[in-house]
Amino acid sequence: MNNTMNTLQDIKQNFKQGLDNYGRRIIVCAGTGCVSSGSLDIHKKLQKKIEENGYEVDLKLRKEGVETDSEVEENDNVILSKSGCQGFCQMGPLVEIQPEGYLYTRVEVDDVDKIIERTIKNDEPVEELLFTSRADGEKYKGRDEIPFYELQSRSVLKKCGSIDPEDIREYISLNGYEAAEQAYTKMSPKEVCEVVEEANLRGRGGGGFPAGVKWNLTRKEEGDKKYVICNGDEGDPGAFMDRSVLEGTPHSVIEGMMIAARAIGADEGYIYVRMEYPLAVKRVRKAVEDAREMGLLGENIFGTEHSFDINIMEGAGAFVCGEETALMNSVEGKRGMPEPKPPYPAQQGLFGKPTNINNVETLATVPMIIEQGAEKYKEIGTEDSPGTKTFALTGHVVNTGLIEVPLGTTLREIIFDIGGGVTDAKGNIDNDNFKAVQIGGPSGGCLTRKHLDIPVDFDSLIEAGAMVGSGGLVVMNQDTCMIQVAKFFMKFTQEESCGKCVLCREGTKQMLNLLNKITEGKADQNTLTKLEKLGQAVKKGSLCGLGKTAPNPVLSTMDLFEEEYRAHVEDNTCPVNECDALSVPEIDPEECKGCTICAKECPVDAIEGEPQEVHRIIAEDCINCGTCIEACKFNAIS
Amino acid sequence: MSDQKTLYINNKEIEIGDERNLLELIRQKANIDIPTFCYHSDLSVYGACRMCVVDIEGQGVQTSCSTEPQDGMQVKTHTKEIREIRQMALELILANHDKSCPTCEKSEDCKLRQLSAQLGLEESRFPDELNDDELDMSSESLVRDPNKCVLCGDCVRYCSEIQGVGAIDFAYRGDNAKVIPAFGHDLGDVECVNCGQCAAVCPTGAIHPKHETQDVWEIVDDDDQFVVTQIAPAVRVAIGEMFGQEPGEISTGKLVSALKMIGFDQVYDTSFAADLTVVEEANEFLERKEAGEDLPLFTSCCPSWVKYAEQFHPEILDNLSSCKSPQQMFGSLSKKVLAQKLDTTPENIKVVSIMPCTAKKFEAKRDEFQDANGIKEVDHVLTTQEIGKMFKEIGLKFENLAPESFDLPFGFATGGGVIFGNTGGVSEAVLRYATKKTTDQELQNIEVEEVRGEEGLREAEIELADENLKLAVVHGLKNAGKVAERVKNGETNYDLVEVMACPGGCVAGAGQPINFQNGKVKKRKEGLYKVDKTKGMQNSYDNPFIEKSYDEIGDIGGEIAHEMLHTKYQDRKRIVDNGFNIFGNEEAPIEMKVCVGTSCYVQGSQKILHDVINYLDRYDLKDRIDIEATFCMEKCGDSPNIVLDGTVISEADSDKVLKTLKDRID
Repeated sequence: MNNTMNTLQDIKQNFKQGLDNYGRRIIVCAGTGCVSSGSLDIHKKLQKKIEENGYEVDLKLRKEGVETDSEVEENDNVILSKSGCQGFCQMGPLVEIQPEGYLYTRVEVDDVDKIIERTIKNDEPVEELLFTSRADGEKYKGRDEIPFYELQSRSVLKKCGSIDPEDIREYISLNGYEAAEQAYTKMSPKEVCEVVEEANLRGRGGGGFPAGVKWNLTRKEEGDKKYVICNGDEGDPGAFMDRSVLEGTPHSVIEGMMIAARAIGADEGYIYVRMEYPLAVKRVRKAVEDAREMGLLGENIFGTEHSFDINIMEGAGAFVCGEETALMNSVEGKRGMPEPKPPYPAQQGLFGKPTNINNVETLATVPMIIEQGAEKYKEIGTEDSPGTKTFALTGHVVNTGLIEVPLGTTLREIIFDIGGGVTDAKGNIDNDNFKAVQIGGPSGGCLTRKHLDIPVDFDSLIEAGAMVGSGGLVVMNQDTCMIQVAKFFMKFTQEESCGKCVLCREGTKQMLNLLNKITEGKADQNTLTKLEKLGQAVKKGSLCGLGKTAPNPVLSTMDLFEEEYRAHVEDNTCPVNECDALSVPEIDPEECKGCTICAKECPVDAIEGEPQEVHRIIAEDCINCGTCIEACKFNAIS
Repeated sequence: MSDQKTLYINNKEIEIGDERNLLELIRQKANIDIPTFCYHSDLSVYGACRMCVVDIEGQGVQTSCSTEPQDGMQVKTHTKEIREIRQMALELILANHDKSCPTCEKSEDCKLRQLSAQLGLEESRFPDELNDDELDMSSESLVRDPNKCVLCGDCVRYCSEIQGVGAIDFAYRGDNAKVIPAFGHDLGDVECVNCGQCAAVCPTGAIHPKHETQDVWEIVDDDDQFVVTQIAPAVRVAIGEMFGQEPGEISTGKLVSALKMIGFDQVYDTSFAADLTVVEEANEFLERKEAGEDLPLFTSCCPSWVKYAEQFHPEILDNLSSCKSPQQMFGSLSKKVLAQKLDTTPENIKVVSIMPCTAKKFEAKRDEFQDANGIKEVDHVLTTQEIGKMFKEIGLKFENLAPESFDLPFGFATGGGVIFGNTGGVSEAVLRYATKKTTDQELQNIEVEEVRGEEGLREAEIELADENLKLAVVHGLKNAGKVAERVKNGETNYDLVEVMACPGGCVAGAGQPINFQNGKVKKRKEGLYKVDKTKGMQNSYDNPFIEKSYDEIGDIGGEIAHEMLHTKYQDRKRIVDNGFNIFGNEEAPIEMKVCVGTSCYVQGSQKILHDVINYLDRYDLKDRIDIEATFCMEKCGDSPNIVLDGTVISEADSDKVLKTLKDRID
């Protein structure tokens, strides 16, 4: 890129001015969630119908700069773009209308005509598509009003969901690549490291290690070949933060990598994306190509003597490849198994060279830090955990979706304010129904009611026996069996274990066996002791992070839900009736006629009730023989 | 203030030397033998077994094998936590292990059993979680039992890092992870060269040599069979280790006595046959040297090396000596001679060889070493371990036996034949002979020097008459492969190259007694050199019984010698070199090969082929080019691959290829 300064500014200007040539912009969310709900069909129909109605539709901004033909009715020009994840996944498919800022929710293909008639042609909102709060029935116009968005602090995700990720010009128009330019032309590698270190950007992949420190260590290593790797393997089930960033604002990641490369002295990088994210792969490939074409990647970046290019590598379906040494083995074409650390990647990484690996979100944050400076960045968040964190909020919560909040926000705010509250088995809002929130995926632990006011930041959570992890938040109501939760995660880690070290390979298998015993009512006190000891050994002795954190869900639930474990083991009951083997039959009060037959048939007198009145099974006494189920003539027991 | 770096192990201050890792330092200097499964000083650090964990202040639980000793480190080797982790790891392995210890062939030497006892394991808290896998008996030399595998990876790493073969590796994940050949094939069907070092490093009975003990008992018990045995040089300096003796102790006499007690009719010495090999090979060498052809001569007595060359370097098969190995020469000679002497037929003679080697089992069964009626030159091969176990089976107190001597005529050997067991021995023996023959003088001590930077490669220069002979001695197949490549590329000027698959030579063969002692190979080697010195003759040239044998055989290297004592090799390259000819003829001036193997095909080689053909069509140039579509050029990482007049173009595309083609045509 020759004379980059002008060129970036030119593109920026042209694009911004170009936007003025359009009367309207429609942004259809094309993140994976909305796509699977049909947003692409909506997009197609919108295009067709708008054209039919005599408007000129561009799928990408075509009218750059200032249009000289001022006779053209600007209102007849519409840009119809696709964005990355807009975040409010519970309410998708989402369609946003500019300039009004209407956010249409749960849009269906049949709604397209309405949108055209009322909004495009008559400038009026389609009321029934606006977001209505379940709590108070109020309607909200768009992102600037909806509480879900209002309470967040979308900075890394700012561009995600509003820009077209396949148009590099739009990214540039919002100051994109200016931070990279600054790093290459106005800062030394040491200075870049210093800014990031000063900003105390902590790794967003789960480790929380200060990125600037890592960069500096890698920078100091001698050698003329170094690598930057972006870890986009995001294996936690239920986590989709990195996916959304890669789909929705891939250039943030590329720019972050460029700055990292400048900082450590690398000329080559890899983005490792799991192949189960085909849309992310596609978008990131295109983004890299576009950046190359524009001369931002390749030789002589910004007119300097430095070069940097990026390879895309697709993961082949192994959670363990999210571990940095296993990831590097995978890139090298070897079996994805981890290696003992030290040596750390900063000293001996990819192909034995000094390597810096960072998480997607960490890298996407970097341009912002260089742009606004460390002090400004630290204004949000806490002192030891500055900045924001994205979370995938899921589970028994009203508003599931992709959120971003300042670190230090409390769980209460996240779940009840942004999340809109806890739902019960039937989906109704019932905030008393909150039992726990699983945070950090299969490596994480649980937090309960007593933790609701703890600030969510790296260190506070570790103190509470959990961890921020990658950002998966699963809210659970009272109908959740915590042992089943522990089992779910243990099953996952067991299947994903690479098999190299004996503690993880055999240990997780045996732990799963023990958990099965508990849920099948075959456990005794020894089971719990064994489980605890085994968990501790696996945690301390395993080779890599997968093994070391695999016992966390079990150990955390054993600590916080001791009573529930005890009930399974000693009373042979599952208090929430989720474990089939331990489930006590239930009498449906609406069907029971009070005929007393079941009470008479019960061999252990575990059923009580007056004649003509609804009967009740006493859980602690029930031996699960099933006699009452057979005896009932009204099918009232299941 | 000294510069000496120190650290603290269990609160005792210890100096840091040049130890590679904390584990070695602790073992050598802190009087603690840290338990390990997967650590092997010759292999890369793996870190899987978790047995070597220690507690390092400020770092917590770390594996000592992967930790560099650092100044000021505070290390504890047996805190409660550490002990619990080790115990847990062992219990978990046991839960996944086939615990048929009393009948397991490895029970005496099994590391798992030893460590369980050492760590005082009283129970395994965990129920068995066994994968019921089938045994792999497909190989002639080795048996795999996955139910006893602890997944330490030593076999995988040895086969890949030292031998450069990589016949076995990890497959599948987690609980299902196992060590198998590629795509689940049987070991006998893949590139395994039978060196057996995987079995030698295996801490349990998951891989072990295939047994022929029962077969041998059967023929020894059969009075109608005349059973003779030959003992390889390396066996005599190692067998004592199974009976409480030091490696290197010479037990030849006891061995002969023991074998007679087992019931062998005659006990002979492979070293005799080695002398014979020296004669044939040295003459072959001198002939090639005079003609200036097929040099360097590669030795061929190591069956693993032969299979390796057949599979990976078939281009140098003409360089391999056509001589059979001493084992096979012995079999061939003795069956013919003894049958005559005893006035019987070869069917009634049985030859059993006792070898330090597992590959010899494969060698004895090669098609080339059976006659038209299926009679083998060597009927059975027993490893040192197997014969030692036979002695134990009958309760023999080996160490108390009075020595006896070999039978004649095949029991008389010179020192030259004995040193075959050491790396460098074969070359030295051949050169002793060659020197005597050409100059009528004894070979002076040759200085064989290590080549710096080249693992396992040593070189020497000897003056013979007025010629300078350049000798290379290499051990370990990966190293041998490198030498073979250099020879193929014309980068060397060696005259003679000796190759041994096992680092250290046959004394370190996989059939030798299991011994994890450091320095055992060196001691065994020294033992053999000692035997050499105490022999009345050092030069195969002087062996009177060899001379006599030639009365039967005729000329050295003559017709009968060729029939009995020489062999041919097979090209076993897996990937066929012949391609499909698209068009063109051999006289066309330009030759192009396009690889259409899967990787190149997927990357677009077929399109390149079409584009080239179209181009040639358009400009009527078809008669200038001979085009062939070939199979895998084994450069899959740089696909697509095209070869134009011998030059490989990798990562090719139509533009690149057409441009180069145009230049070539013009």
